Amino acid sequence: MTAAHAPVADTPPSEHVLEVKDLTVEFFVDGQWLPAAIDVSYDVKPGEILAIVGESGSGKTQSSMSLVGLLPPNGRARGQALLDGQDLFAMSKGRLRHVRGKDIAVIFQEPMTALNPVYTIGFQIIETIRTHFPMGPKEARERALELLRMVDIPEPERRIDSYPHELSGGQRQRAMIAQALACDPRLLIADEPTTALDVTVQAEILSLMRDLRQRIDSGIILITHDMGVVADMADTVLVMKDGKVVERGPVRQVFYDPQHPYTQRLLASVPHLGRPDTDATEQTDGPAAPATPAATDTSVREPARTSTGSLQAAPIESDLVLSARGIDIVYEGRKKGTDFKAVSGADLDIARGEVVGLVGESGSGKTTVGRAIVGLLPVKTGSLEICGISVVGADAQTTQPLRSKVGIVFQDPGSSLNPRFPIGESIGEPLFLHRGLRGAELSGRVETLLDQVELPKAMRNRYPHELSGGQRQRVGIARALALEPELLVADEPTSALDVSVQAKVLELFRELQREHGFACVFISHDLAVVEMLSDRIAVMHHGKIVEVGTAQQVVSAPKDSYTRRLLAAVPLPNPDLQQERRQERDRLLAEAAKHND
Amino acid sequence: MTIPPPDTNHPAGPVEAGAPADLLAAESQAEELKMRDVEGLSQGQIVRRRFFRHRGAVVAMIVLGAVILLAFTSVGFGNWTGWWKHTPLQTGNVTGTGAQPTLSLPTWLGGDGFVWGDHPFGRDESGRDVFARVMKGTQTSLIVMFIVGIVSTVIGVIVGALAGYFGGRLDRFLMRVTDLVITIPVLVLGAVLGALAAGKNSAFLLAIFLGLASWTTLARLVRGDFLTLREREFVDAARVAGASSRRIIFKHMLPNSIGVIIVNQTLLMSTAILLETALSFVGLGITYPNISLGQLINQYQEAFATRPWLFWWPGLFIVVIALCVNFIGDGLRDAFDPRQRRIPSQRALRRAERKAAARAESAAAADSTVGASGKETT
Repeated sequence: MTAAHAPVADTPPSEHVLEVKDLTVEFFVDGQWLPAAIDVSYDVKPGEILAIVGESGSGKTQSSMSLVGLLPPNGRARGQALLDGQDLFAMSKGRLRHVRGKDIAVIFQEPMTALNPVYTIGFQIIETIRTHFPMGPKEARERALELLRMVDIPEPERRIDSYPHELSGGQRQRAMIAQALACDPRLLIADEPTTALDVTVQAEILSLMRDLRQRIDSGIILITHDMGVVADMADTVLVMKDGKVVERGPVRQVFYDPQHPYTQRLLASVPHLGRPDTDATEQTDGPAAPATPAATDTSVREPARTSTGSLQAAPIESDLVLSARGIDIVYEGRKKGTDFKAVSGADLDIARGEVVGLVGESGSGKTTVGRAIVGLLPVKTGSLEICGISVVGADAQTTQPLRSKVGIVFQDPGSSLNPRFPIGESIGEPLFLHRGLRGAELSGRVETLLDQVELPKAMRNRYPHELSGGQRQRVGIARALALEPELLVADEPTSALDVSVQAKVLELFRELQREHGFACVFISHDLAVVEMLSDRIAVMHHGKIVEVGTAQQVVSAPKDSYTRRLLAAVPLPNPDLQQERRQERDRLLAEAAKHND
Repeated sequence: MTIPPPDTNHPAGPVEAGAPADLLAAESQAEELKMRDVEGLSQGQIVRRRFFRHRGAVVAMIVLGAVILLAFTSVGFGNWTGWWKHTPLQTGNVTGTGAQPTLSLPTWLGGDGFVWGDHPFGRDESGRDVFARVMKGTQTSLIVMFIVGIVSTVIGVIVGALAGYFGGRLDRFLMRVTDLVITIPVLVLGAVLGALAAGKNSAFLLAIFLGLASWTTLARLVRGDFLTLREREFVDAARVAGASSRRIIFKHMLPNSIGVIIVNQTLLMSTAILLETALSFVGLGITYPNISLGQLINQYQEAFATRPWLFWWPGLFIVVIALCVNFIGDGLRDAFDPRQRRIPSQRALRRAERKAAARAESAAAADSTVGASGKETT
């Protein structure tokens, strides 16, 4: 430990915490060294936040992990990385272990898996402290408490003895930040620290990190793919593509005057929230028939549910693909009385050809609603009519016709395709089961579908593992459209994709919707995406639909306080606007706090 | 923008402005390499290819094939008598040195030159030909192995799949039945039933009984696998598409747990051979006039000092068969595990290094002009 301290005094005080020169990371694959990062150079000053942006596979994570010697066994790094003047790559493993956790700390993406589930968070923080400092258990515990207070965990005295599963996602991430800060690191590497979190929690964590950087005076490397987060946090931005740095510069320069075409494309593909204000023309040429009667109808009716039965029998009845009144969806517990009500009293109408966005945080019940619509979950109470068939308490026989009228696109394209089926077979399965198509007829139809989602016909015989994420999601969409459904449920179809791929898939989705005119429930946690696609937006919170309205109304003039908070938490991919939004959010939070008192 | 979408597999699109050409070339090469391994192959083909890369498994498969061929053609099966001149039960004269094995190794293995002879494995105290007896015993062991494998696979898969897929009351019932079967000691069961089944087809019956008692591990594994698979979205997708439960279980889920099943069953089969041997060794499994390898060892145990060859040959075949099956199982497990990546040996690393150096040299010679633009694009 003393060895780690000494060079700071020996070498002339450099103004950089970290200087990386010509860093090349390579992986040994199939008898060859393949580069994951090539000649990457950057430096970090104390108190500076350097954001490394790029899509998956661009080498942003691997180049940073190589600094702490955490490459997988078939990887190696070359070049120079000077932490306060000493080369990290020239260090012995023992020395490097002293550096890790003490001088360089890492915040990982998924706090649930990065924290050990069998130890309390207090134990894990204390462990870090006592590994690097000669400190008694009592002292260390004091220090851990202090750290937990610093990251604003409520009731730190109680939380210090909590296990990771007892904390919420945001609290877990706070605990991990506390652990990372335990030894006052010179450099903090935050690898997608908020990707796994809800947007409101993300806003909290980001504000905590911004707050901390002023207090701890370390350099921070922020690895992310979210341009909104970059705009919110970074001083300097490094854009990586395919292992090399394509652009670098101060945050404003990169956002306002991107030089490299890749950066321009990346910025262009980020969905902007609240776009109708700036270019309303583009928004209005959306789907052909925006069913306004249903829209106004629902948003007004929401509070008075008792009389909805008669109100709902409006003239637009025949135009509704889906009409839900006060539905409860319950997950049955193992024992009596442990049932969990995921959705309570939800009202929703969807007209033919209409796209309704369903927004909410994780746990708000939005996916549950989607799964209930396609019949994967039973609805016990209320009334739910889909394509004229009441599905509440109905048996499989009655709902059988719905199988060909309702389709679903799942969130994770990797998991929603059977890995043992060629994709042609996956797409053709509904056709085989419902229309009895086989042979040439079936393959002809499958090829048409592949054409529609802009995949080459030859892909029919490929297997899911041979496809990229975006291609897989296209296959998922093709399968959902195979039977020409009247209603499509899209459950976060793009959240597993990179932003530029997401833009393409969304564009395709919009075109297909225009062409086929299916009604759609578009479930997402990303307000910007939902706003781009939807005619109307329904906001869910704690299993209730708190607000329904046209997309423009919900985004520009939200009625419900939760919607306002949700909107304020979405980071804008623009440094200056984001600053305004941050202040707006702080104001809202203060208001809410006052309200609670 | 005219840049190709990043989600296609063709990185060799139009070159981006300002991007060094050599880097793009390297990138496309990398992509190609990644795809080359799996391109256009079905899952089955990939598994086969990985299996054939496992040298031990391939050798084991060949050896096992040879053993099967030898055992069944030499002494025949059923009413058919094979090409070997002696039968397992025919007695003969053992005076003089007649009982010694006539097989002698070639000179380069330290023998007196290769001779097959009249009784290559020698004869026992009643003058019966040991080669014929060992072959017959090997047949029995192989039959027991395969029947145990088939019976336990069928039962284990069905019980596990139903329990895992439907869950609830059916799951609880099936798992309690499984618990019940687990509590039955297989050795005792084999002993009792083996005695009951003594007769002409005792090997078949014994194998079926052993199979009926040894499906429990597989049932639990398949159930566990199905519990995870049930949560996968492709199962939901099939359900939404209107597939029946039977179709989902057999067409969608079972092929996805085939790895677990094959691996467990190969290992079970090698255990079955040893179990049969053990039962026969204590005199409870296969009984006279049937022959098994374990029974042979049991019969000859007193002759160990005087006629050790009576011991070696049955023992050798037990070891060979069990080893082969284990190796094949090992190869299959590696082949079915997609996460497994081969860790490069030091030699492979050095070879790649040399290649890369040679490439870099030729590249440097070829385009020394690009040099400047190949650096950072700040």
